[in-house]
Amino acid sequence: MILPLAIKSLRNRRLTAGLTVLSIALAVALLLGVERIRHESRETFANSVSGTDLIVGARTSPVNLLLSSVFRIGNATNNMRWESYRRIAAAPEVAWAIPLSLGDSHRGFHVLGTTQDYFDHFRFGQDRKLELVEGERFADANTMVLGADVATALGYRLGQQIVIAHGSGDVAFALHKDHPFRVVGILARTGTPVDRAIHVSLEGLDAVHATESAEDGADPLAAAMRNAKQRDMQGASRNDHDHGQLGIGENGKSARTITAVLVGLKSRNKAPFLQRQVNESRDEPLTAILPGATLLDVWEIVAGAEKTLIAISALVVIMGLAGMLIALLTSLGERRREMAVLRALGARPWHVFALLVGEAAFLTLAGIALGVAGLYVALAAGKPWLEQGLGLFIAPRSPSTAEFGLMMLVAASGVLIGLIPAYRIYRLSLADGMTIRI
Amino acid sequence: MTDATDNVVLLSGAHFSWRAASRPVVAIDSLRVRRGERLMLRGPSGSGKSTLLSLLAGVLTAQGGSVRVLGHELGALAGSARDRFRADHIGVIFQLFNLIPYLSVLENVCLPCAFSHRRRNRCEQSGNSVRDVATRLLDHLDMGDRELQGRQVTELSVGQQQRVAAARSLMGAPELVLADEPTSSLDGNRRAAFLELLFRECELQRTTLIFVTHDATLAPLFDRTVEFADLNRIADGSPVTETSGDDR
Repeated sequence: MILPLAIKSLRNRRLTAGLTVLSIALAVALLLGVERIRHESRETFANSVSGTDLIVGARTSPVNLLLSSVFRIGNATNNMRWESYRRIAAAPEVAWAIPLSLGDSHRGFHVLGTTQDYFDHFRFGQDRKLELVEGERFADANTMVLGADVATALGYRLGQQIVIAHGSGDVAFALHKDHPFRVVGILARTGTPVDRAIHVSLEGLDAVHATESAEDGADPLAAAMRNAKQRDMQGASRNDHDHGQLGIGENGKSARTITAVLVGLKSRNKAPFLQRQVNESRDEPLTAILPGATLLDVWEIVAGAEKTLIAISALVVIMGLAGMLIALLTSLGERRREMAVLRALGARPWHVFALLVGEAAFLTLAGIALGVAGLYVALAAGKPWLEQGLGLFIAPRSPSTAEFGLMMLVAASGVLIGLIPAYRIYRLSLADGMTIRI
Repeated sequence: MTDATDNVVLLSGAHFSWRAASRPVVAIDSLRVRRGERLMLRGPSGSGKSTLLSLLAGVLTAQGGSVRVLGHELGALAGSARDRFRADHIGVIFQLFNLIPYLSVLENVCLPCAFSHRRRNRCEQSGNSVRDVATRLLDHLDMGDRELQGRQVTELSVGQQQRVAAARSLMGAPELVLADEPTSSLDGNRRAAFLELLFRECELQRTTLIFVTHDATLAPLFDRTVEFADLNRIADGSPVTETSGDDR
């Protein structure tokens, strides 16, 4: 009986009510969005690597090595020599070692040079193996396996011929036209950076760069001059990006370099020991990290920013609710007459009270519902940008317990705030009785 | 119980003041209103007439004496019971601002039935829906136009609004209608016409009417006229200003 009245009363003030709902919705969307992105980024990061005991790369900061090798954020500043990989793989404590060579791209997606070990030993999420939904693993220097997102985004199918480019930006620096790859496999979706990678063999990458070297000619001086000329002509800042090249160096060593090595140990206990050994290696300046420990360092860096974001969005929610309070209090002057009439008709004081609290509750709940809906739309619309720009994989899912907790908190605050005008008009309606003195 | 059947209102020694220490606004030795009576209470504005109506409606309670309405001692009822009693048995018409602005004419008239099962049941006893009864009441009060009945009340003239308020107060045939200067915003001719319509409906439903006004010219139309100054024995006899009970 009180509900239709409340609805009609609100409809009568739909502009203010609508704006109130909108401001609460925006605030809730912001709060939940920050929470969702915070949570999902942690999930994505934590799921991206599993079962790897050590990551080894050229001397750099641990965080940089982790971000560049596993999350493909930023670039490795240096590469490590193939010999170092061989030495690590041969160490008695090591069960397996996966070489990773990054630095090339294809239409915005990273090209990852690796070996069969990647399919055998790489784990993500809760110790999950990579699986192919279609086709098979790459077998030679001319075949490639696509991550799930690459296949869907570019519409590639098995058997298609693809040319990869040098450099890792959206705009590639040079195309390696002479060495096309054939798609032989597509991986199942993992929700990790694997989905956005193109996997080829190290030999395949070598072949790409060998043709590049061949184009440059046998004479290194001529090649250098040609490079310089190209730079002048294109105005490009950089043509060359130092990475895995096959060739025989002066002293008979392989000139192939790689970005990083993922290492699995026979016994996890040996990880700190091997880490120290690698870090102190005199053959080449290397950095070895324990992924779990370095991930904690990353969280520590971002925790401050996270807290600030949460605090700001909480303030925005408070402002949204304060806006509602202002709107409700302003309406009281006008509604006092209305309440006196209702009282004269037999409305009990708690009806008057419930009318106001109910309105506040309705506005808050409508705001929350609209905010959640808006957030889902925004996340769906912003998915490509989140994945490409931030490396965040946010699959649509129903709100988590923590998010429900936040929603309940906002709802409870809304009702609590509604008590203020409700109590005021309750007092006024008791004092006014039927006689309206305004 | 002759008290319940014959006397709709029975006041004895009732007094009321807004604050405990201040002079009473209402102090009435005795007032009796019989069933079906049309009583005019006449007095200047600010003499405590509205406060008396609030006492009769059970919105305010007397600090002393007895206020019996339809055989119920209002002071003995709990607040919520008084609210229910008012919803079930009493219709009210104000001077102005009678209507809920966001409801249509018809919805306003139906409103008392939302707060009282008793009044809804009475409407439905005759085999009609609440809306039918409301429509018929509006018809009787010269508001028969269906288009008019669906309108927002804010689009009505003051005279039309007062007729809607009258129809609302009569919904579900309450035993008592309290009217607080409902005609003071109407001009002379319309006043008499409004009263005629109101009387006719009250008679039809056997409703008792207590009508408060400062306008003595309407007196001949009523069964009985009581001068409020004679009724209300305030200590020193000087008129009392209706101090605001509002404690903002």
